[in-house]
Amino acid sequence: MNSYLELTARERLARLFDQGSFKEFLPPSARVASPHLGQLNAPVAFDDGVAVGRALLDGQPVLCAAQEGGFMGGAVGEVHGAKLTGLLRRAVQERAGAVVLLLESGGVRLHEANAGLIAVSEVMRALLDARAAGIPVVALVGGSNGCFGGMGIVARCANAVVMSEEGRLAMSGPEVIETASGVEEFDSRDRALVWRTTGGKHRYLMGDCHAIVPDEVQAFRAAAIDAIAHSRGAGVELSLATLEAEQALLGQRIARFGGCADPLDAWRELGLPDPAAVPMMEADAFSALAAGHTLGGAQ
Amino acid sequence: METLAYRFEQGSRALPAQAQVVGVVGSGNLEVLIESASLGGACTIDISTAAVGFGATWEAVMRDFHERWQLKDARIAINDMGATPAVVSLRLDQAVQTMLGDAP
Repeated sequence: MNSYLELTARERLARLFDQGSFKEFLPPSARVASPHLGQLNAPVAFDDGVAVGRALLDGQPVLCAAQEGGFMGGAVGEVHGAKLTGLLRRAVQERAGAVVLLLESGGVRLHEANAGLIAVSEVMRALLDARAAGIPVVALVGGSNGCFGGMGIVARCANAVVMSEEGRLAMSGPEVIETASGVEEFDSRDRALVWRTTGGKHRYLMGDCHAIVPDEVQAFRAAAIDAIAHSRGAGVELSLATLEAEQALLGQRIARFGGCADPLDAWRELGLPDPAAVPMMEADAFSALAAGHTLGGAQ
Repeated sequence: METLAYRFEQGSRALPAQAQVVGVVGSGNLEVLIESASLGGACTIDISTAAVGFGATWEAVMRDFHERWQLKDARIAINDMGATPAVVSLRLDQAVQTMLGDAP
């Protein structure tokens, strides 16, 4: 099976990195599970839904993590978040070559309430500390649960985000927006609309992700290798100039697309020749078409 | 939630030292953690399941599993979110096959 989307977190780690090179910290046999779920009479997972460790990527040592979307939608609880934070802090201590995060998450695990919220903020801080120490952090988003809520923010704190069209990246998920603002604002059952709005192609055009790849493990692997090299070349640390450029980009997005009702309108405004054809295009053909029409960060 | 524990004595098949986990705790699915442990030749299985009241079914499935594999000095732990007996059997076999290095 070559589809990144269909693999479990552990299968992704086994196939994305050099064969047999993944060595896990706090493996399931350590049984470090959530202290909260049991109290709520909910089943735990021995890895709390995330595997962290070290591996080789094209011969280069990296630290890495993979969230398991199958366990509570990859949601972040106290232990889950602490494992990610610990990995990023270890990266600083060890002067790791890079950190690769295989993200798939609906955001904070509601069962763990504030413990999960705090955990996500700690992950963000640890990620920015790693960047400040000169360690590139690359996020891969291609799982069926997408990357939402707190983990969506974590992804955008990274040096680079690599996505497939099938992977989705956003703050609030479609159902949350519909619940809060009504079906006229966003119809969460309109699958095509959901993917147009949060899927990899729109994120790529808007400058939120740096590379778009087909839903294949080897494509994610190659893009991760490229993204690490690119991040080193572009300057790893988050600088004031980068933040100001990001702010300008966001301002530009509101100015140009604030009146758009649908991503199709935004794509037309970007000058894409045939916006309606975009959702059906293969990733490579799309990348070629999108060249010269993306905002900001695309490589 | 329900917790169940089974112990089968006098197995014959030993396992490698490296622990393995297969499956994911999700709707209709489960994870199986299998480890080698000094248990006087026994195989123990500890189950934590979201589905309450299926003790007799679990016992039958675990007994079948032990008859198939006859593991000795093996400790198995299961976190379950309502998997059917067929899925449970499949995951247990997958765990042993992964442990023995001949996963399909």
